[in-house]
Amino acid sequence: MSNRVVITGIGVVSPNGVGIPAFRKALQEGVSGIRHSQQLATMNFSCQIAGQPIITEDLLAEYFDELELKLLSSSGIIYGIMAGIQAWKDAGLTIRHKEEEPDWDSGTIFGTGTSGVDKFRESIYKLDEGQVRRLGSAVVPQTMASGVSAYLGGKLGLGNQITTNSSACTTGTEGLILAYERIKNGSAKRMLAGAASDSGPYIWGGFDALKVCTYKYNSEPEKGSRPMSASASGIVPGSGAGALLLESLEEALQRGANIYAEVVGGHINGGGQRNGGSMTAPNSYAVQRCIRSALADAKIKGDEVDVINGHLTATGKDAEEVRNWSEALDLKGNQFPYLNALKSMTGHCLAASGSIELVAAALQLKEGFIFPNVNCEDVHPEILSLIDKERIPQTLLYKSINLLAKASFGFGDVNACVILKRYLQP
Amino acid sequence: MEPSIFIEQIREIVKPYAKNSDALATMNVSTDFINDLKINSANLVDVVLDVEEKYDIVIQNEEMERMLNVQAAMDIVTTKLKEK
Repeated sequence: MSNRVVITGIGVVSPNGVGIPAFRKALQEGVSGIRHSQQLATMNFSCQIAGQPIITEDLLAEYFDELELKLLSSSGIIYGIMAGIQAWKDAGLTIRHKEEEPDWDSGTIFGTGTSGVDKFRESIYKLDEGQVRRLGSAVVPQTMASGVSAYLGGKLGLGNQITTNSSACTTGTEGLILAYERIKNGSAKRMLAGAASDSGPYIWGGFDALKVCTYKYNSEPEKGSRPMSASASGIVPGSGAGALLLESLEEALQRGANIYAEVVGGHINGGGQRNGGSMTAPNSYAVQRCIRSALADAKIKGDEVDVINGHLTATGKDAEEVRNWSEALDLKGNQFPYLNALKSMTGHCLAASGSIELVAAALQLKEGFIFPNVNCEDVHPEILSLIDKERIPQTLLYKSINLLAKASFGFGDVNACVILKRYLQP
Repeated sequence: MEPSIFIEQIREIVKPYAKNSDALATMNVSTDFINDLKINSANLVDVVLDVEEKYDIVIQNEEMERMLNVQAAMDIVTTKLKEK
């Protein structure tokens, strides 16, 4: 059994836009979601700018009841639930009543890196004061890794697989591939694929300590995240969630659903922390192998790819990533596909980055545009030695895209690459 | 404490947890937290913490176990307040 799989719903909680209309607008206009953080400054962070979605009380009230709002303090779970429900509704699906049967054919793979770090912090203070009895009921569901998928399973009444994957910054892209495979194999008709990442100093601190964050743009937050730029000086930490509803083509057509794109193939691998790879750096051979295997799985050739949505984090590794794409696709100069780096507007949303970027990709395929890359007016010379500058658009381009390749790479030397294709609906 | 005053105060405390709003509106001393108000059993620990905070008292494990209805809650709180 091998089902074709399509994307029929999307949802997003991004630093530069919450909900699809706001996100689309920000994407097309190149609006940055990076802002100065007084909290990070007060806490002596080197990098005092960050990407954090703006969530108003009114917005929260649309998604959560009074009790949930009282007990929920894990930002990642809040973002994940919001993005997940958006994608579900965007697909035209209804939420079953509490009295109804669970939806046995629908599940979720909703990933995260660390879940509920603020809840953990609250709890640890109470525990150290000998107040274990005062933790309340919400510590376990909000600090277990699968908290986000568990909450979504209950909210949506899901009766198929409900799980959380975790593979650092590869998480979102990996989750989409896992969901795709489950539907392709006939184990589910619909899977909500997404990922979420908490906001705040307790999640970002470790990256600041690793010296991978930029400290040069504290007074110019919107210029701080500079993928592919010669003046890139490190990541800007971000947060949020993205969600995509995947469905068998058969089921989508039967429902008359709006189809954003088809998932035509993908591959997940690791570099074994060998051949230049380490806990924090990629094995380039493994990256190229992952991209080539994804192309093979999708049964396409490198020169058929129209757009690449890169990982491109704004560190010194961006040129190496472009070289890996160039070698894996065997394309150079003006033959290279268009290249997009969403992190220039959102910062690096860590575990959620792949999902937020895939939401952007689905919108681009459906609506035929390539969003502008901001903050790379000074493209790195090493990148320009590989590909033409016009392949990195700095302004919005309206163009129909047939095939888009998206890859994410993560700590632990892990890679995931997925191929999306435009689906023409009558 | 006057039962009517206590009922008003406990009604405010359990309001976010109660899934049965009719039972909440007609709450009396014999109202059961789980069977009548349909409070999720996991949330009973949150109700106890909110009661402790409201009256500045500490409720022990054995008391918590029998604090399943309004009458029991009122007895426990009244005793604790007298001990203060």
